[in-house]
Amino acid sequence: MPADTAKPAAPSRTPVYALVGNPNCGKSTLFNALTGLKQKIGNYPGVTVEKKIGTAYSQHGHPLTIIDLPGAYSLAARSPDEAVLRDVLLGRRADTPIPDRIVCIADATNLERNLYLVHQILDLGRPVILVLNMMDVAERAGLVVRAARMEKELGIPVIACEAINGKGLVELKLAMSRHDLPLSRHSWAIPAPIAPAVSEIAASLSENDRRPPLIARAEALLLLTDQDSVRVAGSRPLSERTVEILRSWEKRWAAQGTDWAGALVNSRYDAITELCTHVIERGGMKTGASVSDRIDAVVTHPVWGWVVLGAIMSALFLSIFTLAQFPMDWISEHMASLADAVKHAMPAGDLRDLITDGAIGGVGGVVIFLPQILILFFFIGLLESTGYMARAAFIMDRLMSRVGLNGKSFIPMLSSYACAIPGIMATRTIEDTKDRLVTILVAPLMSCSARLPVYLLMIAALFPVATVPVAAKVGIMISMYALGTLGAFGFAWLFKRTLLKGEPPLMIMELPPYRLPKIRDVALHMVERAWLFLKRAGTIILGISILLWALTAYPKAPVGATDAQQIAQSYAGMAGHALEPVIKPLGFDWQIGIGLITSFAAREVFVSSMGVIFNAQSGEGNTAPLRDALLAAKWPDGRLLFTPLVCITLMVFYVFAMQCMSTIAVVRRETNSWRWPLFQIAYMTGTAWFVCLLIHQIGRALGY
Amino acid sequence: MAETIKLSSLAIGASAVVREYPKQGNAFLRLREMGVLPGTTVTLIRTAPLGDPLEIKVRGYNLTLRKTEAEHVLVEALKPST
Repeated sequence: MPADTAKPAAPSRTPVYALVGNPNCGKSTLFNALTGLKQKIGNYPGVTVEKKIGTAYSQHGHPLTIIDLPGAYSLAARSPDEAVLRDVLLGRRADTPIPDRIVCIADATNLERNLYLVHQILDLGRPVILVLNMMDVAERAGLVVRAARMEKELGIPVIACEAINGKGLVELKLAMSRHDLPLSRHSWAIPAPIAPAVSEIAASLSENDRRPPLIARAEALLLLTDQDSVRVAGSRPLSERTVEILRSWEKRWAAQGTDWAGALVNSRYDAITELCTHVIERGGMKTGASVSDRIDAVVTHPVWGWVVLGAIMSALFLSIFTLAQFPMDWISEHMASLADAVKHAMPAGDLRDLITDGAIGGVGGVVIFLPQILILFFFIGLLESTGYMARAAFIMDRLMSRVGLNGKSFIPMLSSYACAIPGIMATRTIEDTKDRLVTILVAPLMSCSARLPVYLLMIAALFPVATVPVAAKVGIMISMYALGTLGAFGFAWLFKRTLLKGEPPLMIMELPPYRLPKIRDVALHMVERAWLFLKRAGTIILGISILLWALTAYPKAPVGATDAQQIAQSYAGMAGHALEPVIKPLGFDWQIGIGLITSFAAREVFVSSMGVIFNAQSGEGNTAPLRDALLAAKWPDGRLLFTPLVCITLMVFYVFAMQCMSTIAVVRRETNSWRWPLFQIAYMTGTAWFVCLLIHQIGRALGY
Repeated sequence: MAETIKLSSLAIGASAVVREYPKQGNAFLRLREMGVLPGTTVTLIRTAPLGDPLEIKVRGYNLTLRKTEAEHVLVEALKPST
């Protein structure tokens, strides 16, 4: 490839830079350092891959658009993340402009593997700036990386950098501000048996797919290592002619026994190894285990590993349940006073009720979980940025593989014990689409904190006398958590074998060195996630809560009716009556049916609905009046409604049933269709009904 | 040429040179792209607490892979340098 200079970017248009690098190379830190808080986070249409775009300023104060592309090891995509990276760089995506210039970030401590992606990117023939990050860490490990020599070898600007301390940023911005970025003198020997195929496919790509010549060559090389070329919505398909040529070459090579993909990878690594012998000097300090190795000796130890994992997870749950309490109380107080203020400011009427009970109540019911969600995101971010997340996956992989998943599903499923929403949003680290979907489908079966009020109320009704030992109550509670967990693993196993059958998931994963987290980056990540949740789920949640409000508010009861009478003759009440034949075999009457319907908004709403229906306003934390009201409730024929068996059945119902509109909204967003959330409602609530039927009927037969 | 053994049966702490593994399959292409190639030296660091997956050091970084894949990777053990 000839050495050349790129044309200066037209001054009228803001130049677009793509930020590219391996996972764990410090790309996010660099992106945050370059753009500050001037970032826009969204989604690539059609896929759930985060799209981050920010604005930085050149040394002359001109704005530069920076796209932070997902981290990847190779342009031969194995996951939606990597497919987006590939498609953006090749200009295959209609929704994202092809970047003018590429900033490649490589971890200096691990140069050979990091340069693999750089090597593929240099093929693209675009102006590239190479950033060698973590030079300080490399130096301490006894590696001397000579950036100047590398610059000479590659013919592109190479900048030594320590993103975490802000070192090298000025030099990077200076390079980015240059109008005359040189193109790389990148040339490498394509293995002889493959070379004719590359030219033929490249010719077809530029002729039939209208690719610029250099991109065509790079794409031809990629197509040969892309085994299943993950197709992502939003990317343009290849022309038939190109596919035909590609397939015929592959057939010929397969017959000859030529390992084309392997040969290409080998010759890239040969070129990289050659380059590295010139630019890396290994100092003599590399004796003894590194800090990471010493930490890992404990953290992945057959005994201590479990202790550490248990301690970290306990700390996580403890902080969620204790720390989150204060902001949650604060929110519910302020939501209530906001509703009061509206009540005073507006004349009585449907509009006022819509605002106070529908909108404020519904939104409040979601915002109340925000503290928990924020804390969980903070912890997940912390675990990711320190490197512990990969260790947890490493330790848990064996267990998760029993149900056909890999270790990466562990943290999302565990987080779901607190709240399924951050758990489901954390599944983005799972590369395999099917594994990710299975994890999303089963995550809400883990008993989340919103089920706790329901469990507590039912346990109170189950053991009304104070003499029952605490151990019995705790035992019941633990059984409910165990039941949900077993259900989640059981369904994961089932789905992996039937619906979402796929290759056994890979566990080829890097264990990055431990790093001190940068709190600013973790906090930023947390706020981003929470904002995404509110933005994406907000409209759906608002819609459903207004609908649910209308169901209980209409038709209007005569003036002077109590709340209980109003709800009894509302649409929700009618639906409760209509539902009764379906839930009667479970031991539930229409009043419980109303509770099931209204708690579709969120499970804990069941408790307040029961309060309204049975006319028992229980005070803060005191369930005694409601418990007594429930125990007094009877069927029309005089039988008790809340028998111990019904209490147990109801708890089991809440273990399985999909009763959370926020989760549904998030699943809708994360899977990009209504199909999966609807399937989830059907299978979870269906299971709940069936299991409850069994329990109730067997219980009855046994005389309970 | 010295005898080859499976990567999965390498002793913990031992180093070996990769000799060959299957050409086809997603796992093996990914392994190649991660820098595990015929001729590359790898060191088995440890196994996970439950015996699977394995952790190896390759080209200066740590990588995990399952036994099911490691069984297909043939390596030539290096004599420990004493």
